[in-house]
Amino acid sequence: MVDFAGWEMPVQYKSILEEHKTVRRAAGLFDVSHMGEFDVRGADAFAFLQRLLTNDLSKMTPGRIVYSPMCYPSGGVVDDLLVYKRGDGDYFLCVNAGNIAKDLDWIGGQLVALRKPDGARYDVTVSNRSADYALLAIQGPRALEIVQSLAPSAGLGEIKYYHFTDGIEVAGVRCLVSRTGYTGEDGFELYHAPADARALADALLAAGAPLGMELAGLGARDSLRLEAGFPLYGHEITADISPLTAGLDWTVKLKKEGGFVGCEPLAAEMESRASTAPQARAALRKVVFFKTGDRRIVRAGAQVLDAAGEKIGEVLSGTLSPVLNEAIGSASVPASAALEPMFTDIRGTKIALQLVKPPFVQLKK
Amino acid sequence: MSNLPQDIKYAESHEWLKIDADGIATIGITDYAQGSLGDITYVQLPKAGDSFKVGESFGVVESVKAASDLYAPVAGTVVEVNAALDASPDLVNTAPFTDGWMLKIRMDSPASTAALLDAEAYAKLTA
Repeated sequence: MVDFAGWEMPVQYKSILEEHKTVRRAAGLFDVSHMGEFDVRGADAFAFLQRLLTNDLSKMTPGRIVYSPMCYPSGGVVDDLLVYKRGDGDYFLCVNAGNIAKDLDWIGGQLVALRKPDGARYDVTVSNRSADYALLAIQGPRALEIVQSLAPSAGLGEIKYYHFTDGIEVAGVRCLVSRTGYTGEDGFELYHAPADARALADALLAAGAPLGMELAGLGARDSLRLEAGFPLYGHEITADISPLTAGLDWTVKLKKEGGFVGCEPLAAEMESRASTAPQARAALRKVVFFKTGDRRIVRAGAQVLDAAGEKIGEVLSGTLSPVLNEAIGSASVPASAALEPMFTDIRGTKIALQLVKPPFVQLKK
Repeated sequence: MSNLPQDIKYAESHEWLKIDADGIATIGITDYAQGSLGDITYVQLPKAGDSFKVGESFGVVESVKAASDLYAPVAGTVVEVNAALDASPDLVNTAPFTDGWMLKIRMDSPASTAALLDAEAYAKLTA
């Protein structure tokens, strides 16, 4: 067990490698109750979130989910989150556990600082609901079968990826059922009352065990997301690494009406990237993903070296891919270096970083 | 902890040592150590002929969680390393006291194990 954002969390139940492979092969059950939940409600909820977040929420219909970074005016990232649209003026956010207090401060500050085009304040109430929700994630190719068996009257297969339905009873427990996850596999995340968490987990384990489902911890959650090429706040995206630098271009809608917090520096970064002038490109950095063909893990913080042995960047995340059986990771490097050979040093051995466009493994989702 | 092999010696740094009649010591890490490390993904070992002083690092054991130094519980010269760990480092997890052995050392001084722990003392240390 480790302390994670004030939660006592299991890194592993039995084995990180085995839990990881079980999720890819059958299914895993993750307790991710540490994640934070906010209600965002009011007449201007849409307009405010559209200003606050980099992605475009204008096409969301009730029951849809959108992933978005939330940026500082600098273009650096405050947090990345999921936006659930329950209805007009009624949104629900799922944020990183370690960022709950920071996000509330930031959003509260923006509610004061940002004004509507007519100069009035946004009519929005943000409430921290994190203590009201436990969250269980069932991830893997057998996830649908498992959850469906406990909700016989609901057509869970009808819930599309990045959609949700509230009020479904799973094993008699009222859940918001979300077709999302952080593993690259099909799966569901079930938001429910903390008092029901034990009963729901037991029911899921009983239903899932015959299909090969097992408990999975934080360690497997991290290696699964890295294998899928998903960013983790504090690693691939930070206050200093913008979503564009991290390769999340699809989440940054520079042209959306009215702009958004961080719009100008992000537009400038995009422009520099397109520029052919070397001085415009010189400061640009890029998050790349690599594998090594070697089992030695290249850990976060390790130096990235050029062919001459000069430091050009650093490793942001690193683990052993249990599926590929070799070290994989991500690194921040100069954008101009992304085509040059890169190396790292592990205890005196020079190891070449082979750049890979994630996901590292073939995913069904 | 009652399942600790009784015929071997233990170091406080969680290596074990089994001495045969020829003064050759086989060295590995304990069940407690592999359990704390979790899935072992890589074992870096010296070459035959390398020699080590007591307490000197002879290699590194890596798990998904961390990389940890391995320390020589006795002084001596390496006569053999467990080549099977190259392809199957998980042997250290599954059989730490048998197939997961790491190296065999010809001890400089066969009497130099006095500072090591017996099974009972090691069990107390890790209780």
